[in-house]
Amino acid sequence: MIVFENVSKKFDSMLALDDISLEIKQGEFVFIVGPSGAGKSTLLRILTHELLPSAGKAMINNKDITKLKEGEIPSLRRKIGFVFQDFKLLDDRTVFENVALTLEVLGKGDEEIKKMVEHTLKLVEIWDKRNLFPRQLSGGEAQRTAIARAVVGKPDILLADEPTGDLDPKTAWGVIQLLNEINSWGTTIVMATHNREIVNTLKKRVVILRKGKKISDSKEGKYEEDN
Amino acid sequence: MKRIIEFTKRNIRRTPYQAIAASMVMFLTFFALLTFILLAAGSQKTLVYFESRPQVIVFFKDGVDNQDIAALDEALKKDPRVSATKYVSKEDALKKYQEDNKDEPFLLELVSASILPASLEISTKTPEDLAPISEVLSKEPAVEQVFIPKDVIERLTSITRIIRIVGGTTVAFLMVFATLVILMIIGFKIRLKRGEIEIMRLIGASPAFIRNPFILEGLFYGVVGALLAWVVSYGLLWYFTPYLKDYFKEVKLLPVDPIFMSGLLGVILLAACFVGALGSYGAVRRYLKI
Repeated sequence: MIVFENVSKKFDSMLALDDISLEIKQGEFVFIVGPSGAGKSTLLRILTHELLPSAGKAMINNKDITKLKEGEIPSLRRKIGFVFQDFKLLDDRTVFENVALTLEVLGKGDEEIKKMVEHTLKLVEIWDKRNLFPRQLSGGEAQRTAIARAVVGKPDILLADEPTGDLDPKTAWGVIQLLNEINSWGTTIVMATHNREIVNTLKKRVVILRKGKKISDSKEGKYEEDN
Repeated sequence: MKRIIEFTKRNIRRTPYQAIAASMVMFLTFFALLTFILLAAGSQKTLVYFESRPQVIVFFKDGVDNQDIAALDEALKKDPRVSATKYVSKEDALKKYQEDNKDEPFLLELVSASILPASLEISTKTPEDLAPISEVLSKEPAVEQVFIPKDVIERLTSITRIIRIVGGTTVAFLMVFATLVILMIIGFKIRLKRGEIEIMRLIGASPAFIRNPFILEGLFYGVVGALLAWVVSYGLLWYFTPYLKDYFKEVKLLPVDPIFMSGLLGVILLAACFVGALGSYGAVRRYLKI
Protein backbone atom coordinates (compact mmCIF):
# COMPACT_ATOMS: atom_id res chain seq x y z
CA MET A 1 0.00 0.00 0.00
CA ILE A 2 2.72 2.49 1.01
CA VAL A 3 6.13 2.12 -0.57
CA PHE A 4 9.23 4.24 -0.12
CA GLU A 5 11.97 3.46 -2.62
CA ASN A 6 15.37 4.96 -1.78
CA VAL A 7 13.79 8.17 -0.56
CA SER A 8 16.10 10.99 0.46
CA LYS A 9 15.18 14.49 1.52
CA LYS A 10 17.62 17.35 1.79
CA PHE A 11 16.91 20.73 3.38
CA ASP A 12 19.72 22.90 2.03
CA SER A 13 22.81 21.05 3.21
CA MET A 14 21.02 19.01 5.89
CA LEU A 15 19.98 15.47 5.01
CA ALA A 16 16.66 14.79 6.75
CA LEU A 17 16.04 11.39 5.12
CA ASP A 18 18.82 9.27 3.72
CA ASP A 19 17.97 6.52 1.22
CA ILE A 20 14.90 5.15 3.01
CA SER A 21 13.19 2.09 1.57
CA LEU A 22 10.08 0.85 3.27
CA GLU A 23 6.90 -1.02 2.48
CA ILE A 24 3.75 -0.84 4.58
CA LYS A 25 0.87 -3.17 3.81
CA GLN A 26 -2.81 -2.33 4.07
CA GLY A 27 -4.15 -2.65 7.61
CA GLU A 28 -0.71 -2.51 9.27
CA PHE A 29 0.05 -0.48 12.39
CA VAL A 30 3.59 0.85 12.11
CA PHE A 31 5.52 2.94 14.63
CA ILE A 32 8.16 5.23 13.18
CA VAL A 33 10.44 5.93 16.11
CA GLY A 34 13.61 7.78 16.77
CA PRO A 35 14.94 10.84 18.58
CA SER A 36 14.05 14.39 17.57
CA GLY A 37 15.46 15.24 14.15
CA ALA A 38 15.52 11.60 13.07
CA GLY A 39 13.27 12.34 10.08
CA LYS A 40 9.97 10.88 11.37
CA SER A 41 7.83 13.93 10.57
CA THR A 42 9.56 14.42 7.22
CA LEU A 43 8.59 10.87 6.26
CA LEU A 44 4.94 11.53 7.14
CA ARG A 45 4.91 14.89 5.36
CA ILE A 46 6.14 13.25 2.16
CA LEU A 47 3.12 10.95 2.32
CA THR A 48 0.75 13.93 2.49
CA HIS A 49 2.63 15.67 -0.34
CA GLU A 50 3.55 18.57 1.91
CA LEU A 51 7.15 17.79 1.06
CA LEU A 52 8.65 16.22 -2.01
CA PRO A 53 11.65 13.89 -1.74
CA SER A 54 14.93 15.11 -3.17
CA ALA A 55 15.47 11.60 -4.56
CA GLY A 56 13.58 8.31 -4.73
CA LYS A 57 9.94 7.35 -5.09
CA ALA A 58 7.05 7.41 -2.61
CA MET A 59 4.03 5.38 -3.67
CA ILE A 60 0.53 4.88 -2.32
CA ASN A 61 -1.58 2.15 -3.92
CA ASN A 62 1.01 1.77 -6.69
CA LYS A 63 0.83 5.45 -7.61
CA ASP A 64 3.96 7.57 -7.39
CA ILE A 65 2.74 10.48 -5.29
CA THR A 66 5.84 12.54 -6.01
CA LYS A 67 4.64 12.92 -9.59
CA LEU A 68 1.12 14.09 -8.78
CA LYS A 69 -0.22 17.17 -10.54
CA GLU A 70 -1.48 20.07 -8.40
CA GLY A 71 -5.10 19.12 -9.02
CA GLU A 72 -4.55 15.54 -7.84
CA ILE A 73 -3.18 16.43 -4.41
CA PRO A 74 -6.57 17.06 -2.70
CA SER A 75 -7.85 13.63 -3.71
CA LEU A 76 -4.68 12.02 -2.30
CA ARG A 77 -5.16 13.85 0.98
CA ARG A 78 -8.78 12.75 1.21
CA LYS A 79 -7.52 9.17 1.49
CA ILE A 80 -5.28 10.10 4.40
CA GLY A 81 -6.23 11.19 7.91
CA PHE A 82 -3.66 13.19 9.87
CA VAL A 83 -3.36 13.57 13.65
CA PHE A 84 -0.94 16.12 15.08
CA GLN A 85 0.79 16.46 18.43
CA ASP A 86 -0.75 19.92 18.95
CA PHE A 87 -4.22 18.75 17.73
CA LYS A 88 -4.61 21.65 15.23
CA LEU A 89 -8.28 22.14 16.02
CA LEU A 90 -10.07 25.28 14.92
CA ASP A 91 -10.64 27.39 18.02
CA ASP A 92 -13.73 29.13 16.71
CA ARG A 93 -15.59 25.91 15.94
CA THR A 94 -17.20 23.42 18.24
CA VAL A 95 -16.11 19.80 18.48
CA PHE A 96 -18.95 18.87 16.13
CA GLU A 97 -18.01 21.57 13.60
CA ASN A 98 -14.32 20.62 13.70
CA VAL A 99 -15.15 17.03 12.84
CA ALA A 100 -17.77 18.04 10.28
CA LEU A 101 -15.15 20.11 8.41
CA THR A 102 -13.63 16.98 6.86
CA LEU A 103 -16.99 15.92 5.49
CA GLU A 104 -17.80 19.43 4.28
CA VAL A 105 -14.57 19.37 2.28
CA LEU A 106 -15.59 15.97 0.89
CA GLY A 107 -18.84 17.55 -0.29
CA LYS A 108 -21.22 15.49 1.86
CA GLY A 109 -24.78 16.64 2.49
CA ASP A 110 -25.98 18.05 5.82
CA GLU A 111 -27.92 14.96 6.88
CA GLU A 112 -25.06 12.62 6.05
CA ILE A 113 -22.62 14.87 7.89
CA LYS A 114 -24.85 14.86 10.97
CA LYS A 115 -25.08 11.07 11.00
CA MET A 116 -21.40 10.41 10.33
CA VAL A 117 -20.17 12.96 12.87
CA GLU A 118 -22.52 11.61 15.52
CA HIS A 119 -21.38 8.06 14.83
CA THR A 120 -17.68 9.01 14.99
CA LEU A 121 -17.97 11.18 18.10
CA LYS A 122 -19.75 8.34 19.86
CA LEU A 123 -16.98 5.96 18.80
CA VAL A 124 -14.28 8.20 20.25
CA GLU A 125 -16.51 8.79 23.29
CA ILE A 126 -16.84 12.57 23.16
CA TRP A 127 -20.40 12.86 21.87
CA ASP A 128 -21.35 14.68 25.08
CA LYS A 129 -18.67 17.31 24.33
CA ARG A 130 -19.94 18.05 20.81
CA ASN A 131 -21.03 21.62 21.56
CA LEU A 132 -17.85 22.61 23.38
CA PHE A 133 -15.05 24.67 21.85
CA PRO A 134 -11.44 23.35 21.85
CA ARG A 135 -10.41 25.66 24.70
CA GLN A 136 -13.03 23.97 26.90
CA LEU A 137 -11.56 20.49 26.32
CA SER A 138 -8.88 18.52 28.16
CA GLY A 139 -5.82 17.36 26.18
CA GLY A 140 -7.23 13.87 25.78
CA GLU A 141 -10.61 15.18 24.59
CA ALA A 142 -8.90 17.52 22.14
CA GLN A 143 -6.84 14.66 20.71
CA ARG A 144 -9.93 12.47 20.46
CA THR A 145 -11.60 15.28 18.52
CA ALA A 146 -8.58 15.47 16.22
CA ILE A 147 -8.71 11.69 15.72
CA ALA A 148 -12.43 11.88 15.01
CA ARG A 149 -11.77 14.57 12.41
CA ALA A 150 -9.06 12.41 10.84
CA VAL A 151 -11.15 9.24 10.61
CA VAL A 152 -14.67 10.56 10.00
CA GLY A 153 -14.09 10.53 6.23
CA LYS A 154 -13.06 6.85 6.45
CA PRO A 155 -9.52 7.29 5.13
CA ASP A 156 -7.42 4.31 4.03
CA ILE A 157 -4.42 5.59 5.98
CA LEU A 158 -4.12 7.42 9.28
CA LEU A 159 -0.89 9.28 9.94
CA ALA A 160 -0.22 10.34 13.51
CA ASP A 161 2.69 12.62 14.32
CA GLU A 162 3.49 12.35 18.04
CA PRO A 163 -0.23 12.20 18.94
CA THR A 164 0.56 11.54 22.60
CA GLY A 165 3.37 14.06 22.90
CA ASP A 166 1.33 16.62 24.83
CA LEU A 167 -0.68 14.14 26.93
CA ASP A 168 -0.21 12.60 30.36
CA PRO A 169 0.51 8.83 30.37
CA LYS A 170 -3.04 7.77 31.24
CA THR A 171 -4.65 9.95 28.57
CA ALA A 172 -1.95 8.97 26.08
CA TRP A 173 -2.77 5.33 26.64
CA GLY A 174 -6.45 6.02 25.98
CA VAL A 175 -5.56 7.66 22.68
CA ILE A 176 -3.36 4.71 21.69
CA GLN A 177 -6.15 2.27 22.46
CA LEU A 178 -8.41 4.32 20.25
CA LEU A 179 -5.87 4.23 17.42
CA ASN A 180 -5.52 0.49 17.90
CA GLU A 181 -9.28 0.11 17.60
CA ILE A 182 -9.31 2.21 14.40
CA ASN A 183 -6.56 -0.08 13.07
CA SER A 184 -8.76 -3.08 13.82
CA TRP A 185 -11.34 -1.70 11.34
CA GLY A 186 -8.71 -2.11 8.59
CA THR A 187 -7.24 1.41 8.56
CA THR A 188 -3.48 1.51 8.01
CA ILE A 189 -1.84 3.49 10.79
CA VAL A 190 1.60 5.07 10.63
CA MET A 191 2.50 6.73 13.89
CA ALA A 192 5.63 8.75 14.58
CA THR A 193 6.59 8.74 18.25
CA HIS A 194 9.45 8.55 20.69
CA ASN A 195 7.32 7.16 23.51
CA ARG A 196 9.09 3.89 24.35
CA GLU A 197 6.45 2.64 26.75
CA ILE A 198 3.68 2.78 24.20
CA VAL A 199 5.78 1.22 21.43
CA ASN A 200 7.02 -1.60 23.62
CA THR A 201 3.62 -2.37 25.13
CA LEU A 202 1.70 -2.46 21.88
CA LYS A 203 4.07 -4.87 20.12
CA LYS A 204 3.49 -3.64 16.59
CA ARG A 205 5.90 -3.17 13.71
CA VAL A 206 8.63 -0.67 14.59
CA VAL A 207 10.79 1.24 12.12
CA ILE A 208 13.65 3.05 13.81
CA LEU A 209 15.18 6.12 12.24
CA ARG A 210 18.26 7.99 13.31
CA LYS A 211 19.73 11.04 11.56
CA GLY A 212 17.54 10.29 8.55
CA LYS A 213 18.67 6.68 8.17
CA LYS A 214 16.62 3.55 8.76
CA ILE A 215 18.36 1.70 11.57
CA SER A 216 15.97 -1.21 11.88
CA ASP A 217 12.56 -2.47 10.82
CA SER A 218 11.04 -5.29 12.84
CA LYS A 219 7.66 -6.85 13.42
CA GLU A 220 6.57 -6.66 17.03
CA GLY A 221 9.72 -4.66 17.50
CA LYS A 222 11.03 -2.86 20.52
CA TYR A 223 12.33 0.62 20.99
CA GLU A 224 15.25 0.17 23.34
CA GLU A 225 17.33 2.76 25.19
CA ASP A 226 20.32 2.38 22.86
CA ASN A 227 18.14 2.97 19.78
CA MET B 1 -21.41 26.15 -3.85
CA LYS B 2 -23.77 25.97 -0.89
CA ARG B 3 -20.85 25.07 1.37
CA ILE B 4 -18.73 27.89 -0.03
CA ILE B 5 -21.53 30.37 0.68
CA GLU B 6 -21.79 28.99 4.22
CA PHE B 7 -18.05 29.45 4.74
CA THR B 8 -18.31 33.02 3.39
CA LYS B 9 -21.18 33.81 5.75
CA ARG B 10 -19.22 32.40 8.66
CA ASN B 11 -16.14 34.44 7.73
CA ILE B 12 -18.22 37.62 7.64
CA ARG B 13 -20.16 36.86 10.82
CA ARG B 14 -17.07 36.14 12.86
CA THR B 15 -15.34 39.46 12.07
CA PRO B 16 -18.26 41.91 12.07
CA TYR B 17 -16.21 45.09 12.55
CA GLN B 18 -14.02 44.37 9.54
CA ALA B 19 -17.14 43.58 7.54
CA ILE B 20 -18.71 46.92 8.55
CA ALA B 21 -15.49 48.84 7.80
CA ALA B 22 -15.13 47.24 4.37
CA SER B 23 -18.78 47.84 3.50
CA MET B 24 -18.55 51.47 4.65
CA VAL B 25 -15.52 52.14 2.48
CA MET B 26 -17.34 50.61 -0.46
CA PHE B 27 -20.43 52.66 0.43
CA LEU B 28 -18.43 55.91 0.40
CA THR B 29 -16.81 55.03 -2.90
CA PHE B 30 -20.07 54.21 -4.59
CA PHE B 31 -21.91 57.10 -3.01
CA ALA B 32 -19.29 59.45 -4.49
CA LEU B 33 -19.54 57.61 -7.80
CA LEU B 34 -23.33 57.95 -7.84
CA THR B 35 -23.17 61.62 -6.84
CA PHE B 36 -20.83 62.41 -9.72
CA ILE B 37 -22.82 60.32 -12.17
CA LEU B 38 -26.03 62.08 -11.16
CA LEU B 39 -24.38 65.50 -11.35
CA ALA B 40 -22.86 64.71 -14.73
CA ALA B 41 -26.16 63.30 -16.03
CA GLY B 42 -28.07 66.36 -14.73
CA SER B 43 -25.67 68.87 -16.27
CA GLN B 44 -25.59 66.88 -19.51
CA LYS B 45 -29.37 66.85 -19.67
CA THR B 46 -29.47 70.60 -19.01
CA LEU B 47 -26.90 71.16 -21.70
CA VAL B 48 -28.81 69.02 -24.19
CA TYR B 49 -31.96 70.93 -23.28
CA PHE B 50 -30.35 74.24 -24.15
CA GLU B 51 -28.51 72.85 -27.16
CA SER B 52 -31.66 71.30 -28.55
CA ARG B 53 -33.38 74.66 -28.37
CA PRO B 54 -31.04 76.97 -30.25
CA GLN B 55 -32.89 80.19 -29.76
CA VAL B 56 -32.48 83.87 -30.37
CA ILE B 57 -34.88 86.04 -28.44
CA VAL B 58 -35.55 89.42 -29.95
CA PHE B 59 -37.09 92.09 -27.72
CA PHE B 60 -38.90 94.83 -29.61
CA LYS B 61 -38.89 98.53 -28.83
CA ASP B 62 -42.03 99.99 -27.32
CA GLY B 63 -44.53 101.19 -29.91
CA VAL B 64 -43.31 99.04 -32.76
CA ASP B 65 -46.04 98.34 -35.26
CA ASN B 66 -47.43 94.80 -35.32
CA GLN B 67 -47.07 94.82 -39.10
CA ASP B 68 -43.33 95.40 -38.82
CA ILE B 69 -43.08 92.48 -36.43
CA ALA B 70 -45.18 90.29 -38.75
CA ALA B 71 -42.97 91.26 -41.70
CA LEU B 72 -39.85 90.37 -39.78
CA ASP B 73 -41.48 87.10 -38.69
CA GLU B 74 -42.34 86.24 -42.31
CA ALA B 75 -38.83 87.03 -43.48
CA LEU B 76 -37.33 84.83 -40.77
CA LYS B 77 -39.63 81.91 -41.59
CA LYS B 78 -38.29 81.96 -45.13
CA ASP B 79 -34.70 81.76 -43.89
CA PRO B 80 -33.52 78.11 -44.30
CA ARG B 81 -31.53 78.35 -41.08
CA VAL B 82 -34.65 79.04 -39.04
CA SER B 83 -36.72 76.09 -37.84
CA ALA B 84 -39.50 77.97 -36.02
CA THR B 85 -40.55 81.34 -34.67
CA LYS B 86 -42.92 82.25 -31.90
CA TYR B 87 -44.31 85.69 -31.21
CA VAL B 88 -44.76 86.60 -27.54
CA SER B 89 -46.95 89.70 -27.15
CA LYS B 90 -46.78 92.03 -24.17
CA GLU B 91 -49.89 90.27 -22.78
CA ASP B 92 -48.33 86.82 -23.27
CA ALA B 93 -45.17 88.05 -21.56
CA LEU B 94 -47.25 89.27 -18.61
CA LYS B 95 -49.04 85.91 -18.35
CA LYS B 96 -45.71 84.08 -18.32
CA TYR B 97 -44.34 86.52 -15.75
CA GLN B 98 -47.42 86.01 -13.57
CA GLU B 99 -47.14 82.26 -13.86
CA ASP B 100 -43.42 82.28 -12.98
CA ASN B 101 -44.00 84.56 -9.98
CA LYS B 102 -47.37 83.38 -8.73
CA ASP B 103 -45.95 82.91 -5.22
CA GLU B 104 -44.59 86.47 -5.09
CA PRO B 105 -47.62 88.80 -4.93
CA PHE B 106 -45.39 91.78 -4.29
CA LEU B 107 -43.61 91.30 -7.63
CA LEU B 108 -46.92 90.84 -9.44
CA GLU B 109 -48.27 94.13 -8.18
CA LEU B 110 -45.38 96.11 -9.67
CA VAL B 111 -45.60 94.77 -13.21
CA SER B 112 -48.12 95.42 -15.96
CA ALA B 113 -48.19 94.42 -19.62
CA SER B 114 -47.08 97.88 -20.71
CA ILE B 115 -43.62 97.63 -19.16
CA LEU B 116 -42.88 94.19 -20.61
CA PRO B 117 -41.50 94.10 -24.13
CA ALA B 118 -43.03 92.05 -26.93
CA SER B 119 -40.61 89.48 -28.25
CA LEU B 120 -39.98 86.95 -30.97
CA GLU B 121 -38.41 83.56 -30.11
CA ILE B 122 -36.51 82.26 -33.11
CA SER B 123 -35.32 78.65 -33.10
CA THR B 124 -32.50 77.78 -35.46
CA LYS B 125 -31.67 74.38 -36.84
CA THR B 126 -28.18 74.34 -35.33
CA PRO B 127 -26.50 76.31 -32.55
CA GLU B 128 -23.98 77.60 -35.12
CA ASP B 129 -26.75 79.59 -36.83
CA LEU B 130 -27.47 81.60 -33.69
CA ALA B 131 -24.66 84.13 -34.07
CA PRO B 132 -25.24 85.18 -37.73
CA ILE B 133 -29.01 85.43 -37.22
CA SER B 134 -28.62 87.52 -34.09
CA GLU B 135 -26.17 89.81 -35.90
CA VAL B 136 -28.68 90.45 -38.67
CA LEU B 137 -31.52 90.99 -36.19
CA SER B 138 -29.56 93.41 -34.03
CA LYS B 139 -29.40 95.77 -37.04
CA GLU B 140 -33.22 95.85 -37.38
CA PRO B 141 -34.58 99.27 -36.31
CA ALA B 142 -37.55 97.72 -34.44
CA VAL B 143 -35.28 95.61 -32.29
CA GLU B 144 -34.35 96.81 -28.82
CA GLN B 145 -32.19 93.87 -27.73
CA VAL B 146 -31.12 90.45 -29.03
CA PHE B 147 -30.51 87.69 -26.52
CA ILE B 148 -28.83 84.41 -27.35
CA PRO B 149 -28.26 81.72 -24.67
CA LYS B 150 -24.75 81.09 -26.04
CA ASP B 151 -23.11 82.09 -22.77
CA VAL B 152 -25.35 79.73 -20.84
CA ILE B 153 -24.36 76.85 -23.11
CA GLU B 154 -20.68 77.73 -22.87
CA ARG B 155 -20.88 77.89 -19.10
CA LEU B 156 -22.85 74.66 -18.91
CA THR B 157 -20.41 72.92 -21.24
CA SER B 158 -17.52 74.00 -19.08
CA ILE B 159 -19.33 72.96 -15.85
CA THR B 160 -20.15 69.56 -17.36
CA ARG B 161 -16.54 69.13 -18.42
CA ILE B 162 -15.29 70.03 -14.93
CA ILE B 163 -17.76 67.64 -13.29
CA ARG B 164 -16.61 64.86 -15.61
CA ILE B 165 -12.92 65.49 -15.00
CA VAL B 166 -13.14 66.05 -11.23
CA GLY B 167 -15.72 63.27 -10.82
CA GLY B 168 -13.82 60.84 -13.01
CA THR B 169 -10.56 61.48 -11.20
CA THR B 170 -12.14 61.26 -7.75
CA VAL B 171 -14.04 58.09 -8.61
CA ALA B 172 -10.96 56.48 -10.19
CA PHE B 173 -8.98 57.30 -7.06
CA LEU B 174 -11.76 55.97 -4.79
CA MET B 175 -12.05 52.79 -6.89
CA VAL B 176 -8.33 52.12 -6.49
CA PHE B 177 -8.57 52.94 -2.79
CA ALA B 178 -11.57 50.62 -2.31
CA THR B 179 -9.81 47.83 -4.20
CA LEU B 180 -6.78 48.21 -1.95
CA VAL B 181 -8.96 48.26 1.19
CA ILE B 182 -10.63 45.01 0.11
CA LEU B 183 -7.22 43.55 -0.71
CA MET B 184 -5.94 44.56 2.73
CA ILE B 185 -8.95 43.23 4.65
CA ILE B 186 -9.12 39.94 2.79
CA GLY B 187 -5.32 39.63 3.04
CA PHE B 188 -5.56 40.20 6.79
CA LYS B 189 -8.26 37.55 7.06
CA ILE B 190 -6.18 35.07 5.09
CA ARG B 191 -3.28 35.61 7.47
CA LEU B 192 -5.66 35.31 10.42
CA LYS B 193 -6.96 32.00 9.10
CA ARG B 194 -3.60 30.51 8.22
CA GLY B 195 -4.17 27.63 10.65
CA GLU B 196 -7.60 26.86 9.25
CA ILE B 197 -6.33 27.03 5.67
CA GLU B 198 -3.47 24.69 6.56
CA ILE B 199 -5.90 22.18 8.08
CA MET B 200 -8.27 22.44 5.14
CA ARG B 201 -5.40 21.74 2.75
CA LEU B 202 -4.37 18.69 4.75
CA ILE B 203 -7.85 17.21 4.83
CA GLY B 204 -8.08 17.48 1.06
CA ALA B 205 -9.90 20.74 0.33
CA SER B 206 -9.38 21.82 -3.26
CA PRO B 207 -7.72 25.22 -3.87
CA ALA B 208 -11.05 26.57 -5.17
CA PHE B 209 -12.85 25.42 -2.02
CA ILE B 210 -10.35 27.36 0.11
CA ARG B 211 -10.07 30.37 -2.19
CA ASN B 212 -13.67 31.02 -3.23
CA PRO B 213 -15.10 32.07 0.16
CA PHE B 214 -12.52 34.88 0.27
CA ILE B 215 -13.40 36.01 -3.26
CA LEU B 216 -17.12 35.87 -2.41
CA GLU B 217 -16.47 37.89 0.74
CA GLY B 218 -14.87 40.69 -1.31
CA LEU B 219 -17.81 40.59 -3.71
CA PHE B 220 -20.21 40.77 -0.79
CA TYR B 221 -18.59 43.93 0.62
CA GLY B 222 -18.68 45.55 -2.81
CA VAL B 223 -22.32 44.69 -3.46
CA VAL B 224 -23.49 45.73 0.02
CA GLY B 225 -21.64 49.06 -0.22
CA ALA B 226 -22.99 49.77 -3.71
CA LEU B 227 -26.54 48.79 -2.83
CA LEU B 228 -26.48 50.98 0.28
CA ALA B 229 -25.06 53.91 -1.71
CA TRP B 230 -27.81 53.54 -4.31
CA VAL B 231 -30.56 53.38 -1.70
CA VAL B 232 -29.20 56.45 0.15
CA SER B 233 -28.71 58.54 -2.99
CA TYR B 234 -32.12 57.60 -4.40
CA GLY B 235 -33.66 58.33 -1.00
CA LEU B 236 -31.99 61.76 -0.85
CA LEU B 237 -33.09 62.58 -4.41
CA TRP B 238 -36.62 61.49 -3.62
CA TYR B 239 -36.65 63.55 -0.42
CA PHE B 240 -35.31 66.73 -2.06
CA THR B 241 -37.26 66.45 -5.32
CA PRO B 242 -40.19 68.70 -4.17
CA TYR B 243 -37.72 71.43 -3.14
CA LEU B 244 -35.48 71.22 -6.21
CA LYS B 245 -38.12 70.67 -8.88
CA ASP B 246 -39.14 74.36 -9.01
CA TYR B 247 -35.53 75.45 -9.10
CA PHE B 248 -34.90 73.71 -12.43
CA LYS B 249 -38.25 74.83 -13.89
CA GLU B 250 -38.53 73.92 -17.57
CA VAL B 251 -35.44 71.67 -17.59
CA LYS B 252 -37.15 68.45 -16.52
CA LEU B 253 -34.45 66.96 -14.31
CA LEU B 254 -36.66 65.90 -11.44
CA PRO B 255 -38.14 63.56 -10.45
CA VAL B 256 -35.36 61.30 -11.70
CA ASP B 257 -36.52 58.64 -14.13
CA PRO B 258 -36.83 55.30 -12.26
CA ILE B 259 -35.60 53.45 -15.37
CA PHE B 260 -32.46 55.58 -15.33
CA MET B 261 -31.97 54.80 -11.62
CA SER B 262 -32.51 51.07 -12.24
CA GLY B 263 -29.91 51.16 -15.00
CA LEU B 264 -27.59 53.01 -12.64
CA LEU B 265 -28.10 50.31 -10.02
CA GLY B 266 -27.07 47.68 -12.56
CA VAL B 267 -23.97 49.67 -13.52
CA ILE B 268 -22.77 50.24 -9.96
CA LEU B 269 -23.47 46.63 -8.98
CA LEU B 270 -21.26 45.54 -11.86
CA ALA B 271 -18.60 48.04 -10.79
CA ALA B 272 -18.91 46.80 -7.19
CA CYS B 273 -18.50 43.18 -8.27
CA PHE B 274 -15.45 44.19 -10.28
CA VAL B 275 -13.83 46.11 -7.40
CA GLY B 276 -14.72 43.43 -4.80
CA ALA B 277 -13.54 40.56 -6.95
CA LEU B 278 -10.37 42.37 -8.03
CA GLY B 279 -9.44 43.27 -4.43
CA SER B 280 -10.11 39.82 -3.04
CA TYR B 281 -8.51 38.05 -6.00
CA GLY B 282 -5.44 40.23 -5.51
CA ALA B 283 -5.35 39.26 -1.83
CA VAL B 284 -5.76 35.57 -2.63
CA ARG B 285 -2.97 35.73 -5.21
CA ARG B 286 -0.72 37.66 -2.88
CA TYR B 287 -1.33 35.96 0.46
CA LEU B 288 -2.95 32.57 -0.11
CA LYS B 289 -0.33 30.00 -0.95
CA ILE B 290 -2.12 26.71 -1.44
